[in-house]
Amino acid sequence: MSIRILFFASLADITGTRETEVDSALFPDVSSVFERFVTEFPALAAHRSSLMCAVNQEFASPDAPVRDGDEIAFFPPVSGG
Amino acid sequence: MYRLVRDPIDIQALTEALARPEDGAVAVFEGRVRNHARGKQVRHLEYYAYESMAIKMLEEVGARAKKNYAIRDIGIVHRLGRLNHGECSVAIVVASAHRGPAFEACRFAIDTLKKIVPIWKKEFYADGEVWIEGGN
Repeated sequence: MSIRILFFASLADITGTRETEVDSALFPDVSSVFERFVTEFPALAAHRSSLMCAVNQEFASPDAPVRDGDEIAFFPPVSGG
Repeated sequence: MYRLVRDPIDIQALTEALARPEDGAVAVFEGRVRNHARGKQVRHLEYYAYESMAIKMLEEVGARAKKNYAIRDIGIVHRLGRLNHGECSVAIVVASAHRGPAFEACRFAIDTLKKIVPIWKKEFYADGEVWIEGGN
């Protein structure tokens, strides 16, 4: 029962990984997943206010529910173009 | 046509692939790498993407452009990886019967891309490198 977690740009630099997994049973929503990583990597807290989240490649709010098999991505504001 | 590429973007080929005889206007926006930013000389840039979502969001930008403007078709290509000064980072081609909607949709598409497509640039200077976060 796992959720795939992705980090991009400066967030991946902080966590030292672009991809990991967590147990889906432990996390009711997107925000709770992020806070679990803030505990492990306190520097993530500075990104909380500007954080962008996606569930299964669609933008999602922090209170969006998470389900087994989901792909959750955390990233800073985008800067393409 | 929505693509992420690692090789130089061929705008002429993109334009020819998109345009049809019924199009009286083809508007092209080409985003290029500047040699300066935030008061510093930029040596080069690197673009990274959340690729599976970026393709979906490029499609979303195109769908919104088609919904909001009287255009026939739109194509968006964004380059990833290392780019030097003057190289094209993004190309948007809009084909329509008339020029007004083509210009407007082109502007809309680049502005929207900069807000919702998960691509990030890193600027490299003589004395370091910085992730750029947020549009301009």
